[in-house]
Amino acid sequence: MADATQAEHKWTMVVDLDKCTGCQACVVACHAENNVPIRNKSEVQANRAQHWIRIERYWVGDPPAKARFLPMLCQHCNRAPCEPVCPVYASVHSQREHLNLQVYNRCVGTRYCNNNCPYVVRYFNFYDPYFPAPLTEQLNPDVTVRTAGIMEKCTFCIQRINRAEQQARTEGRDLGPDEVIPACVQTCPPSALLFGDLLNPESRVSKVLADNQRALRVLEHLGTEPAIYYLKGGKSYVRF
Amino acid sequence: MGLDQQAQLERERHLLVDARPGRELNAMVLEPMMRIGRAFWPAVGVLGFLVLAWWVTWGFQMWWNVGITGLNRVVMWSLYIANYVYLIGIAEAGTFIAAALRLLDIDWRRPISRIAELLTVFCIFASALFPLAHLGRTWKFYWLLPYPNERQLWPNFHSALIWDLTATLSYLAMSTLFFYIDLIPDAALARDHVRGWRRTLNNWLALGWRGTERQWRLLKVAQLIFSIGILLIMPSVHTIVSYDFAMTIQPGWHSTVFGPYFVAGAIYSGVAAIIIAAILFQRLNHWGYFIRDEHLNGLGIFLLLTSLVWDYFFFQDFIVPWYGQVPTEKQVLLTMMAGRGQLAFWLMITTNAIIPFFTLWWRRVRTWWPAMLAISILIQLGLLLERYIIVTIDLGVRELPFNWGLYQPRAAELIMSTGAVAFIVLGFVVFSKLIPFVVLYEVKEGQFLVQLKRIGKGLIRSKME
Repeated sequence: MADATQAEHKWTMVVDLDKCTGCQACVVACHAENNVPIRNKSEVQANRAQHWIRIERYWVGDPPAKARFLPMLCQHCNRAPCEPVCPVYASVHSQREHLNLQVYNRCVGTRYCNNNCPYVVRYFNFYDPYFPAPLTEQLNPDVTVRTAGIMEKCTFCIQRINRAEQQARTEGRDLGPDEVIPACVQTCPPSALLFGDLLNPESRVSKVLADNQRALRVLEHLGTEPAIYYLKGGKSYVRF
Repeated sequence: MGLDQQAQLERERHLLVDARPGRELNAMVLEPMMRIGRAFWPAVGVLGFLVLAWWVTWGFQMWWNVGITGLNRVVMWSLYIANYVYLIGIAEAGTFIAAALRLLDIDWRRPISRIAELLTVFCIFASALFPLAHLGRTWKFYWLLPYPNERQLWPNFHSALIWDLTATLSYLAMSTLFFYIDLIPDAALARDHVRGWRRTLNNWLALGWRGTERQWRLLKVAQLIFSIGILLIMPSVHTIVSYDFAMTIQPGWHSTVFGPYFVAGAIYSGVAAIIIAAILFQRLNHWGYFIRDEHLNGLGIFLLLTSLVWDYFFFQDFIVPWYGQVPTEKQVLLTMMAGRGQLAFWLMITTNAIIPFFTLWWRRVRTWWPAMLAISILIQLGLLLERYIIVTIDLGVRELPFNWGLYQPRAAELIMSTGAVAFIVLGFVVFSKLIPFVVLYEVKEGQFLVQLKRIGKGLIRSKME
């Protein structure tokens, strides 16, 4: 068995901003896959909307302005600011896979991690989750339903990663280059989202990111080393 | 002016040369302790109701969870944390008066030490409850403590919250013991001079104090050790509190000057709180003998000094990011000055910097109690606003403009905040009927040491060392 601290994967996402239409299909897919609770109107008005991936909309220029979309989800930083501040190790790093993990049953809800997250992609359960009637029938059995009082965030669909790894292990082979597909990536109609292992040179993300002039990472100057690369051409107006 | 007149004047001005027989002093302290006035029970009722409302609201919050507060996706720390920083700040100065001024041998501390120490004790208990109330799962708070367990899980010692917890708990332990050690001879005094259940209580508190040579020596040594220890702990506690903010990368929080700035703010609010308490005791207990103009004057000078120190650090904390013009940090400052925090910000500047600066230079203001009371209450308001601005307004401005948010407190937070203040006042109201509230042995010691000496045609106060 490999050393637990040795990196086996570097899960990475590529978001092509020039392809994103802001349709929010990824948001819906994420809600369905990860049992993300649906907050009601008054909660959303109180700025407590809960989406592990959200589409940030920015207006560019004077009216009639152009809308530019920035899909924002947990950046799975290699040097994540949310991790050292958690007093109970609920926010921890997986060195093996380069993932930020949130241990739900360890979280006591200090909410310090969200204060220190420059992307503000961590969500707090202000109330117990509520799923209107038919939605209870489609909860994902592979994912915990989180209680009130704890933080949650995008996991890169870790249940899908684990399932693919187990499948490969039972079949006695290595994990294929593009075998893991998170819900948002699976759903994206214009294929603006890509997901894969950056340590595997055969994966699509490795090929796309190899010598890509359009690649950037959000708030890179903070030194968080995010695992999500955004692609943006010269005509795209999203600036950071 | 003849010598008699001069002596008369000195005695009117200074407590320590206005020596009276011990019996008279004892009566002055113990009589208000024994007397339960008409206002006592109504006050206990109202304050008790407010404290009860605090606990009930907290219970509600645990049942429904943090949703009943005004927090949102962006501003996840709010009035609870502001209250915590504010109340622990007041607690700092209680020991500062008692410990630092004792070590510096400043005489006007003598009658007001007990008030300052008790303020520390109540404030630190009230403030320590706020981080707990703030947790999403309060009932799991003990996971923050490094207790041995079968899963070998430890708290994360990298987290500023763990440092904070350690600092707060050690300060709580130290200041409570400090208060208690100072109380022992006065409890013995009460034991010897009152009857009924108060005698039993004070008998128990006095731990068999007989006032022997050896006991006094041990008390002095203990006081010295605690004074020095607490003087070392006090600045570090509030620096660590500031680290909760300064150690993050949130613009407006990530500031190297936050440590001393918070310590200055803490002592500032604490001195103002002691002035409020001292004036109330002077008025309500008719303690014009113990708490005189010289004490208000000394506290007033101290208040002016801490005000200037606060101004300095505030300026430091402001001008460096402003000059840097880093976009997000500039946005934080603009939001404070001209945006959502406008009203709170300018009110804070007025109460904390402008009003004290233009009033406290004059002795007449410093010794006129209504003015001092008003100024001190305004300073309390200003310093609560300061913490409120730092916590909620700064946190509402994040790196990406999509995440700029506004926080507005809801009923739960307001009830819990008033409840905490009521808890502190209630503590004073109840304890003032249980134990002597003037450090009488220190006053007597001072009156023994300080004498009027005649030099030529003048009288001067001289102190034996």
